[in-house]
Amino acid sequence: MRHHTELKNYQNELHNFKLRLIVLGIIVLIGFSILAFRFYFLQIVHFDHYHTLAENNRISVTPIAPNRGLITDRNGVTIAHNFFVYTLEITPAKIESFDQTIAEVGKLVEISSNDLKRFRKLKARSHAFESIPIRTHLNEVEAAKFAANRFRFPGVDIKSRLYRHYPNGKLGVHIAGYIGRINDKDLVRLKKADALSNYKGTDHIGKSGIEQSYEKELHGTTGFQQVEINADGKAVRILSSTPPVSGNNLTLSIDLKLQEIAENAFGERRGALVAIQPKTGEVLSLVSMPTFDPNLFVGGIDTKNWRLLNESVDRPLINRPLRGVYPPGSTFKPFVALAGLEMGKRMPPFRIRDPGYFSLPNSTHRYRDWKVAGHGIVDMQRAITISCDTFFYGLAMDLGIEKLSNFVRHFGFGKKSGIDIRGENGGLLPTPDWKRRRFNQPWYKGETVIVGIGQGYTLVTPLQLAYATAVLANKGKAMRPRLVNAITEVKTGKSVPTKPIVNEIITLDKNSLEIVQQGMIDVTLPGGTAARIGRNAGYSIAAKTGTAQVIGIKQNERYDEKNIQERHRDHALFIAYAPAENPQIAIAAIVENGGHGGSAAGPIVRQLMDYYLLGKEPPKTTAKKEVPKGTERNITEVAAHD
Amino acid sequence: MINQVFQRIFSHIDSILLSCILFTLLVGLFVLYSASGQSFDRVNAQITNIIIAIVGMWLVANVQPQHMERMALPLYVLGILLLASVALFGDISHGARRWLNLGVVKIQPSELMRIAMPMMLAWFFSQRESSLRIIDFIVAFIILIIPVLFILKQPDLGTSLLVSASGFFVIFLAGLSWRFMLGGAVTIGALTPIFWSLLHDYQRRRILILLDPTQDPLGAGYHIIQSTIAQGSGGLTGKGWLNGTQSQLDFLPERTTDFIFAVFSEEFGMVGNSLLLLLFSLIIFRGIVIASQARSTFNRLLAGSITLTFFIYAFVNIGMVSGILPVVGVPLPLFSYGGTSMVTILLGFGILMSIQTHKKLVASG
Repeated sequence: MRHHTELKNYQNELHNFKLRLIVLGIIVLIGFSILAFRFYFLQIVHFDHYHTLAENNRISVTPIAPNRGLITDRNGVTIAHNFFVYTLEITPAKIESFDQTIAEVGKLVEISSNDLKRFRKLKARSHAFESIPIRTHLNEVEAAKFAANRFRFPGVDIKSRLYRHYPNGKLGVHIAGYIGRINDKDLVRLKKADALSNYKGTDHIGKSGIEQSYEKELHGTTGFQQVEINADGKAVRILSSTPPVSGNNLTLSIDLKLQEIAENAFGERRGALVAIQPKTGEVLSLVSMPTFDPNLFVGGIDTKNWRLLNESVDRPLINRPLRGVYPPGSTFKPFVALAGLEMGKRMPPFRIRDPGYFSLPNSTHRYRDWKVAGHGIVDMQRAITISCDTFFYGLAMDLGIEKLSNFVRHFGFGKKSGIDIRGENGGLLPTPDWKRRRFNQPWYKGETVIVGIGQGYTLVTPLQLAYATAVLANKGKAMRPRLVNAITEVKTGKSVPTKPIVNEIITLDKNSLEIVQQGMIDVTLPGGTAARIGRNAGYSIAAKTGTAQVIGIKQNERYDEKNIQERHRDHALFIAYAPAENPQIAIAAIVENGGHGGSAAGPIVRQLMDYYLLGKEPPKTTAKKEVPKGTERNITEVAAHD
Repeated sequence: MINQVFQRIFSHIDSILLSCILFTLLVGLFVLYSASGQSFDRVNAQITNIIIAIVGMWLVANVQPQHMERMALPLYVLGILLLASVALFGDISHGARRWLNLGVVKIQPSELMRIAMPMMLAWFFSQRESSLRIIDFIVAFIILIIPVLFILKQPDLGTSLLVSASGFFVIFLAGLSWRFMLGGAVTIGALTPIFWSLLHDYQRRRILILLDPTQDPLGAGYHIIQSTIAQGSGGLTGKGWLNGTQSQLDFLPERTTDFIFAVFSEEFGMVGNSLLLLLFSLIIFRGIVIASQARSTFNRLLAGSITLTFFIYAFVNIGMVSGILPVVGVPLPLFSYGGTSMVTILLGFGILMSIQTHKKLVASG
């Protein structure tokens, strides 16, 4: 019986299987019938249409490149725009012999081997009917000369193309960055992003700064024309045309006038400066000295200029505010102070008597104060004002490296701020964990001591320093720094302002903030380390000077500014915000090998504040030149401490 | 003596299937010669591919189906392991992670899955022959979905489609209830928006451009525009071998691989197309006959799946070249230049032949 049902099951199943096979067979027939119908539709019904397209005429699709978006500063001053230049272009499919054409055309218009190289590269990634530039930037004489002989060269044409131009030259080059010719790496990236077809008519792409990071906004959408071409390669008629959509215009937060004042104030000195509006995170000025002319890159930079820029010991191509890392020196102290106060370590009326050095218990090693004789009686507020090293050595020891690092990390040290251009360096905030991973060595107590005064492993970028200052000025509300204020659609004129982004809100005690701020205000008052900077300002400045050692000084040796090689001289640092009671601007400035922060970097900051807050322009003086060029130096170079 | 050798060699070859395949391969070589600009380089390489694939087919045809049944699970597990290692250490080419570099050779584990998947599911159902319940089908779908997700992630839309199809046909032939399928269809309809969000940008664009190729005439749409012009201008009888203007000029992209059908279509016209469909139909219906005559559940399901997957192959490729299906990157079976897919397809036919020629032994044994 059981055997019987199993057999029945089996036959049922077999029947079912065959039924389903028949269903699938019918599906196959239907599928192939659909294909056959499609063949009938294409090859019989529309045969004439396709026959015409294929036999008598050929379709050529030509891209129409969009206009790249403009970049202006916050007041509408142009930073990057486009202008027309004449280019000589060849459509490969329309010429008979390439070499012969080049030889003939070369008699009228100079064509260099570089031009040929570029042409071949572009040709390799284009359709045969695309027009490809062989020479750019023809002058009027060349253009006229060729135009008169044009009839002799079918397939060669003069066209006008848009070129990028940076009217301010060297000014603020690290902000907008520059565009350059699309290279193989760019092509790979574009292909990955599936954007290759949108770049069919485009030769250039953003290479750095805003131009790179906002490439998507700036580029726009390529338009195209479908053109019927007859056997002679002449366009018979336009079948369809889709106009390109211009890239969006960008309004930056940068104040170009402020930028100019800052760069002039630096003169020939190397360094960096970042000015931020603390309440919004808008970057008002971003200086990296020395600078260079971005226009060199637009047409493809030549080898000589490239080597000059790339191999210069001054490293002009490096975006110092984002990528240069420096020990913060004493500008670190306000943040250490805040850590101490927030953790209840140095509450008033706590004070120390400073003998001019600090020693760990059971050790004879002396961590010296910059003032050999010591500062006498010092409390927290005064420690900031006079930049008392001894006070902060002890405080750092009390806090311990982990607590200290974890607290100041909230101010952006040791991590990226999230600014809207690429290439930011995160700096370094050392912890015992990090040291074990990096050097496979334990953490020594002495290393904690010197972190208290911003030396040791600690490294910051100028942007981080400005950001931290802005966070302090904004009482712990950390606004993400940004360079773009608004993005404007060209066609509709619709402008979308960028929303300020809160990175973090640090809860800080009002009294702690008050002590640190008062200490910093006193820095610019008589008796402070930068009293000169506050003189006759008309507004109150909260500031901190800093000096970052470039080489270590041995025990019992003194730092003698005059007798030390220029490149081994200390970096001068200065952070400040003003007006102290309602901060509108926060600045960090670094003058490489500038010596003392108050005297080298401070005056630059004061000039910026005078202009930004009072509209006062600095007197036109030729910048003093004191730094000899051509010495080897490395902006990250910091000698080990003993 | 010679007769015996011949008999030994051909004893497990299905002559109807073999002659259809060889004829199609021959036509394919002629088209490839035309498509590659009348150069023998590609043709010679393709002949090597074909020889390797045919030897592989012959070897598989001589393996008893019972042995295959035993290999189903290990092959499937191996396939999964290889797919996982591709995801972890695979080489990236053309923006997709598909290849596994074993030092000596590079292999594409997703191709292995094309054979392993129907074998695995056929084995699975043959184990549960008389008592199929809903839960079995759910397990089957899980077996199906794991490798498909891996392949989709690579990303390789074409292969994941073919692997899904090969698995689905087994499940369908095993007796998936019609109600279940209707429910599935409704669910898929509801899940489509979610699936859409999982697709890569380029895959989405491909689908959108399919609907309106003129959207991107400089990029992906260019293929479709040019291939429909090539086909349409072929007319009833075609322009003749080596005379396709669109194919011979540089208009048609990828014309030796995925778009080879456009070359064929331009040069041999509607008549050629119809004959090719006829040839494919012969192969498919021979496969269906083999499946219907097979003696065990495993054999039936496997033969049915391999046959129908071959149909999907041809249908999707011709459909995409003719502009009615998305450009998913499926080659035309037996035509397109390339070793891997050639080998996989002929191995499939080897399995069909094994199933057909070993059934007498099963019956008597």
